[in-house]
Amino acid sequence: MRSRPVYGELTPRPGSGHLFVADGEGAEAILDLFQKAGAQASSLLEKSHIIYMPGPNGTDFGARLEALGAAQYHRSPSFASAQSRLKKVLADAHMGLQIYLAGTEGLMGQAQRDVIEAGLPHEAVQTEHRGSTVRRVQCVHCKGITENVRTDPIKCSHCGLHLFVRDHYSRRLAAFQGVNIDAEDPGQVPAAVERFK
Amino acid sequence: MSVKAPRISVTVAEVVEVNPLIKRFRFVRSDGQPMPPFSGGAHIVVEMDDHGTRRLNPYSLMSVPEDSSGYSISVRRDDTGRGGSLYLHQQVKPGMAMEIGYPVNLFSLDQRAKKHLMIAGGIGITPFISQMAQLTSLGGRFELHYSVRNRELGAYVDELKALYGDRIHLYFDDEGDKIDLDRLLAGQSFGTHLYVCGPKGMISWVRSTADAAGWPKGTVHSEEFLAPPVGQPFTVELAQSKKSITVGATQSLLEAMEAANVDAPYLCRGGACGQCETDVVRCDGHIEHNDHWLSDEQKASNRKIMPCVSRFGGTTLVLDR
Amino acid sequence: MGMEFNKETFRKDFTFKNSAKAIKRFPFPFYEDSYMYSVNMEPHVPGPKGSVFEPMFDVDEHYVAEMQDRAMVLAEDPLRCQSLPHMTLAGWDLLELIMESKARDYPEWFELHKDGHNWHWINRPLGIDQKFTFLDESTLPYGPMEYITRQSQGDFTLQDQRDDNLWIEAGMVTTQADWSLDFDIGMSFHEWHAPVPRAHELGVFDRALKFLLKLQHGAPVRRFNWTLTVDPLLDTSPENYPKWGPMRADISPENVGERMYLRVELQTLHRLPRSNAIAFPIRCYLIRFDDLVTVPKWGRRLHRVLRDIPEDLATYKGFLRNRDSLVKWLSQYDDGAPTSTGWMAD
Repeated sequence: MRSRPVYGELTPRPGSGHLFVADGEGAEAILDLFQKAGAQASSLLEKSHIIYMPGPNGTDFGARLEALGAAQYHRSPSFASAQSRLKKVLADAHMGLQIYLAGTEGLMGQAQRDVIEAGLPHEAVQTEHRGSTVRRVQCVHCKGITENVRTDPIKCSHCGLHLFVRDHYSRRLAAFQGVNIDAEDPGQVPAAVERFK
Repeated sequence: MSVKAPRISVTVAEVVEVNPLIKRFRFVRSDGQPMPPFSGGAHIVVEMDDHGTRRLNPYSLMSVPEDSSGYSISVRRDDTGRGGSLYLHQQVKPGMAMEIGYPVNLFSLDQRAKKHLMIAGGIGITPFISQMAQLTSLGGRFELHYSVRNRELGAYVDELKALYGDRIHLYFDDEGDKIDLDRLLAGQSFGTHLYVCGPKGMISWVRSTADAAGWPKGTVHSEEFLAPPVGQPFTVELAQSKKSITVGATQSLLEAMEAANVDAPYLCRGGACGQCETDVVRCDGHIEHNDHWLSDEQKASNRKIMPCVSRFGGTTLVLDR
Repeated sequence: MGMEFNKETFRKDFTFKNSAKAIKRFPFPFYEDSYMYSVNMEPHVPGPKGSVFEPMFDVDEHYVAEMQDRAMVLAEDPLRCQSLPHMTLAGWDLLELIMESKARDYPEWFELHKDGHNWHWINRPLGIDQKFTFLDESTLPYGPMEYITRQSQGDFTLQDQRDDNLWIEAGMVTTQADWSLDFDIGMSFHEWHAPVPRAHELGVFDRALKFLLKLQHGAPVRRFNWTLTVDPLLDTSPENYPKWGPMRADISPENVGERMYLRVELQTLHRLPRSNAIAFPIRCYLIRFDDLVTVPKWGRRLHRVLRDIPEDLATYKGFLRNRDSLVKWLSQYDDGAPTSTGWMAD
């Protein structure tokens, strides 16, 4: 599916500052990046700001990230609670700031959306997928987002329709598409299979 | 597959000597109809009958995009070039009938930008003139840094200062002025896009400086039209049309094909847009790839050629046209 | 011309009907007896008199009813019309293109008077008389794209061009073949076509994109697309799939002729001058199978196309479950006689 994002591997890039947003196992992508940076790591850290939150599976490597000694480190309990901070940082930013996102697709998608709104093209953001593969799914019918989707089909957490989880992905919504699976034959819902962990 | 837009028959309404090197030409439609509006940064291809040689050269539009009464271009005289600019400077007079193409934009503004930072060198100012006019009517933020050799050759500096005041920053080479690019780039707020048009060296300097300062590729835009270079005459076989043609020293391969009534699509005629890309059937010799379009691998493979700017030296070149 | 506009519906009681004239000019999309994806673009130049190609934007007997249906869809779901902030200028370009084309092609119905940027637009079929200032949003009741596409049949999308790609960043989408503007807005050319089977592998989208990036102002192009729909429902949106999906289960060999419709999209592509964006009008024409087979060549050919189409395409186009019934019904109209190449009736 050509709309499905392709994630890479975080690499240090030249820039006037470095903003990291990560959840859960995404912490290890950041730790690996500083490992790779070698001798440059300390000068990079002097210009780094890390925003971190535990993953949807509970993984919390906050202590290891904090120990890196970045100029700014902030741990949030959730993306929702980190978002106002992220938006403020982006509003104050200058061109040259490098953006690094790591962890679950839901976290990276939502943070990337804020970066795009602040004015950077989406392809300027580095991403690395680590940890859980649970999905954010938009119900195309009621428009509600169901977070941390593990199975396919799922029941929409808003309208209750049974949804087939497509691979079609919207960057603007930071979500996969969920489409009613029993529309043509109401009531015939296949058993849910765990596709995302 | 290509679909060509109609051409527009125009009358030369005005020829103005802007400075010793640059003349401005204004075209109005011969049928009295309004000109199509265009987007800032667009160019037109001007058709010239230069004593039997048909020349089609691209020039950036510099008039106000919403002004449908006519189009203006500025042409810098190139005394060592193939003759297109000399023809315009020496032969084209008010009242003459000419043909132009519909506007095409290969250097458009990114309308998502929170601010547009423009860097111009010399005649590279022209696309920015129409872009700034369009941004002004749309309420867009911009800032122009314009570098010229000296005050005498600083085309439009007074006009631009009068229109845009502090948003225009001028740099005169012979007075030792230089754009402090590192500082300029460092101060730009998030969401700024950078545009550069000017000599080759300036474009690569701006691009590499921005890259080193961490500006993403998608926020840096440049336009450079190449004039088709002069060179040794060479012969080409056109497989589809079963013709053999000779490309003259001051003629481009594309022009030679057109002169032989072989249809080849084009938009920019300057090695930038990719429209005239042509498959090479056989190549015994060396293709001088002068374009910005083909990748290094494609150039090395000698399987593709851009007839608008590229030339050939060797025994046999067969093209799929 | 003095055409009567049909009083008809595209929902509930479905009173939509094509007149004999509309059947005769129906844009039958199959050039030969089989179908596979291709770029199939040709210049959008005026076609034969009376054909759907004659004007730039065809206005037919369904015009008023389609616009009423669109207004109902938008009242239910305003997200069907969206424009990202940087696309307003492209919306003005589209408004100008449609107003100028309609005033030129249908002077008895539409008038456009310009005095500089002070414009006066008259749309007689819809009873609209609007004075406004071109490029000033505050002088229209809606944004420019929404304003003019509430008065134009077919869906419309606007594509911004940058980084050698096209980005779908505005649209009016209420008569769609099962795709969601709200979901797809903001995507690149390959992303919004991602769900289409086979065409990516065939290189169709690579070639189409390359072609469209060079599309010139003043040289629009057109192509066809098609699908099948149960009942003359314009709004086959994913949003409302739970409402119309069950209708697919109603098809039986007995009601194919009456309830199955061939749905043809006449898609045109236009470079817009001020914004350098591309407008993509997707005009939907519906024809009941019973009416379609009154043209013998069309009946023969549709039978062969549906019979031989690969299963993944039938699935994507949403008729796999009914294919056997459709092919069986259509086979009555296929005597095996050869058909001529091209769209025209023999």
